[in-house]
Amino acid sequence: MKSAIRLTNSDRLFHIIVNTCLLFILALFVIPIWSTITLSFRPNSFIGSALDGMLLAPWKWSTAAYKALLGHRAFITSTFNSFRIFIQGVATSLFLTVPLAYLLSIKGLPGRKVLYGLVLVPYLFNVGLIPNYLLVSKLGLVDHLAAVYLPGAISVYNTLIMKSFFEGIPEELKESARIDGASELTVLWKIILPLSKPILLTIGLYYGVHFWNDFFNAMLYLNDSALQPLPILLRNILLSSGMNEYVEVNAFGEAPIAAIKAASVLLAAIPMLVAYPFIQKYFVKGTMLGSVKG
Amino acid sequence: MRNPAWAVSLSRTGSSSLFWKNLKRHRSVYLLASISLVYFFIFKYVPIWNAQIAFKDFMALDGVLGSPWVGLQNFRDFVNSYYFWELIRNTVMYSIGKMLFSIPAAIFLSVSLYECRNYYLRKTVQTIAYLPHFLSWVIMYAILLAILSPSNGILNDVIKLLGGEPISFLTETKAFPWIVILSDTWKEMGWSAIIFLAALMGIDPSLFEAATVEGASAWQRVRFITLPSIRPVIVMVVLLRLGTILDAGFNQIFMLYSLPVYSVADIIDTWIYRQGLLEFRFGLATAVGLFKGLFGLILIVVSNKLIKRQTGSGLY
Repeated sequence: MKSAIRLTNSDRLFHIIVNTCLLFILALFVIPIWSTITLSFRPNSFIGSALDGMLLAPWKWSTAAYKALLGHRAFITSTFNSFRIFIQGVATSLFLTVPLAYLLSIKGLPGRKVLYGLVLVPYLFNVGLIPNYLLVSKLGLVDHLAAVYLPGAISVYNTLIMKSFFEGIPEELKESARIDGASELTVLWKIILPLSKPILLTIGLYYGVHFWNDFFNAMLYLNDSALQPLPILLRNILLSSGMNEYVEVNAFGEAPIAAIKAASVLLAAIPMLVAYPFIQKYFVKGTMLGSVKG
Repeated sequence: MRNPAWAVSLSRTGSSSLFWKNLKRHRSVYLLASISLVYFFIFKYVPIWNAQIAFKDFMALDGVLGSPWVGLQNFRDFVNSYYFWELIRNTVMYSIGKMLFSIPAAIFLSVSLYECRNYYLRKTVQTIAYLPHFLSWVIMYAILLAILSPSNGILNDVIKLLGGEPISFLTETKAFPWIVILSDTWKEMGWSAIIFLAALMGIDPSLFEAATVEGASAWQRVRFITLPSIRPVIVMVVLLRLGTILDAGFNQIFMLYSLPVYSVADIIDTWIYRQGLLEFRFGLATAVGLFKGLFGLILIVVSNKLIKRQTGSGLY
């Protein structure tokens, strides 16, 4: 829109500087990621500095670290656990968040102000770790995957974003359905939800990314190593100095321990990278929604 | 509602009859949300009830109710403890430090993206700059190792090339705070830029046309149109961040810190974790959590008031 205007020399200089800055920023992001990727492919026979490693030709790369991880039982089990937490967590969260957001979005709901206040209080006043820990233990959730996602299955922030989306759906649509004798469940199921696909996807992904990345709840509540999700295994691998039980991942010593560490996190990031195009599209929308609500 | 006579008498009295009618009409929505409400009560309000152990000498066997009251003893222990000021200092240092770096970085990035006319460059930078927001701190830790590790890190390679000694950054008290602040900036600057970018997209293009007709250079347009236009958003973001100043980033610090750097790394949240779940001082840890929660409540309410005054609408 601005390109119709003739460029002066100072404008040209300005654009060169802008592009240079962006290229610099790009390098700032690419270099660390690239060095992690090349580190994961580093062969055992490699001698030289990390900078040499970064510039190592792809045909000299070794996949030994990946082979060692993919053949390791604990890695497979924890990947499976992570997927279970992801799917169960997202399903539970949406199942609990949608009705609450819908309830809050209804204009003229009796007790709406009180309800809104009750939803807001725990959001503004966070009592912290221990009281929640006591609750989860008391409920007997320790050593159940639900302990990871159930405490955070309703996020007030996500509920409020969803609520403001529901409020944007024209009242007439709901009213006409109610006049035709539709129950509230039917209104929600047949009118609201089909119109809310983008927000459901956005909020679903918000929850999903959160559960996929969580290591804290898993660390607190899952003592059984058969239940460990990926972040816990990754953390153990990363914090190992190469002299303890995680050497077993690398039983034949075919890959450097640093390569194993890098490869393990890259493998764990793959599902996120596959989903990333969607995530980017919908998350950005969701963020806008969150920021323009009033 | 269980007493029909009571219900009938209510229904005769004006506005409250409307209330009950309304409630009856909306009973099915409440029913629909009943599971969510029960969940919400259990998982959000029972912890508030549990928080009473901040005023008790909590014994696991006696439970929340059975443990003896000790008044403000736990709070006194915390305020008088050797760690109190260190924890407050570290927490505030990290929050403010992250703010001072990440907000200007995000503004710089968003203005650069906005001014960039090369579509592919813009899209590439956006895509890659948003990405780290979705990575957990476990993954971030591995990326940091690839840069900072004394044996495999590229930064240490550069230091060695320049003739220096490799530095173990993550266990060095001087380097640690910078790593925390800069790695957080790296992770979040792209994501934080989105809100500024959205504000920039809302600028009326005719302002730029008028300025150009008047002979303003590109620099002047940025200085006198672009930046002033997003000023309200900058103020809002700063206030929002001030409202959560006691949240210095538990996951990050917990992943990166180690014994040698506790003195500069320990924040309120990491301390609560260690006192509560590693040393089982539940009462003390809860008191500290409650202290933080109350302080946080005041901060967020005040910052929301200020945001409302500035922009006309608040968070809630």
